[in-house]
Amino acid sequence: MANVINYISNLAIPTIIVTIIFYGLKEKAKVFDTFLDGAKEGMEIVFKMFPTLLGIFLAVGMLRTSGLIDGIVNLITPFTDFLEIPSNILPLTVLRPISGSASMAVAVDIMQNYGVDTLTGIITSTIMGSTETTFYTIAIYTSAVGIKKTRGILIAALAADVAGMLASTVICRILS
Amino acid sequence: MLNILWPIFIILSVIYSIISGNIEEVNTGIFNSLSEAVELSITFLGTICLWSGIMEIAKKTSIISKLNKLLKPFINFLFPDLKNNEMAKQEISMNMIANILGLGNAATPLGIKAMQTMQKANKSKETLSNSMMMFIVINTASIQLIPTNVIAIRTSLNSQNPTSIIIPVWIATIIAGFVGIFLTKILIKKVR
Repeated sequence: MANVINYISNLAIPTIIVTIIFYGLKEKAKVFDTFLDGAKEGMEIVFKMFPTLLGIFLAVGMLRTSGLIDGIVNLITPFTDFLEIPSNILPLTVLRPISGSASMAVAVDIMQNYGVDTLTGIITSTIMGSTETTFYTIAIYTSAVGIKKTRGILIAALAADVAGMLASTVICRILS
Repeated sequence: MLNILWPIFIILSVIYSIISGNIEEVNTGIFNSLSEAVELSITFLGTICLWSGIMEIAKKTSIISKLNKLLKPFINFLFPDLKNNEMAKQEISMNMIANILGLGNAATPLGIKAMQTMQKANKSKETLSNSMMMFIVINTASIQLIPTNVIAIRTSLNSQNPTSIIIPVWIATIIAGFVGIFLTKILIKKVR
């Protein structure tokens, strides 16, 4: 079972790339030139993102090395043990809805310390892949059109995040 | 949000490290985190350029309109109020496609466009309409085919199998999405 899942996972990206290029050729697009145009835009995105990433890495790095995160994790471990969530991913679950880049930095840190391919590493990756920066997303979309009353969607969105995180832990436990 | 969180993180860390005697670790931690940020960005540079390039090709083909057709039943179910608003439906499906392909940076500008179109049809301009609620919740649910960012990170950390998380991510996303959509349908009925 795990092998089949692995195989499908490995197949996904090459298939998407080849399908899109195939359609490009079929419909006579200048495939390589177009690719370069897009890739240039990609470079701009990364350059724009870099200062934020650096700032967040700095703050999170300091927070971690000061021992503060460990202190907080120790405090809430009894609750998460009860829910069978590995306590070392807790900082991630708290940061994930608030800041994309901060949670990314924490995720990298967890995977460096506990291993990418361990259960903890895989749960961390799954949480990162299956949830979004909820606060940021809601803020951007409502502020773009000047909305003030959000009719409680924050609760719905956060409940979805919690469901996604719990599901990630359970699924990774079952599959590993 | 980060204008408040960022200084709090830094100030708290320094105070806590002085109390707990970890100031030396914090000092090295500062410079380590800078080089980590550089390393991660270099890995990102590769993956993001790849997907932006591939997406650019997709934009020039009929794939986009085919996917639009494919998404129609979902959009009609999720946004019953937009029955006659073709423009909004088109923009929503572009946003969904960008999300599904893991192109968050393309999805957000498209999503803002969709919000603006929906706002035109919104009766009370300061309150979210039903369709807008559903649209935002779907965007917070991170529905994507390939979690490219996570795979990029796993690759940069020398994972034996960086893509092994794809299926678990699919299942978790679907569960989260269901919960979000279900609760939003309730909120639409109950909260005015």
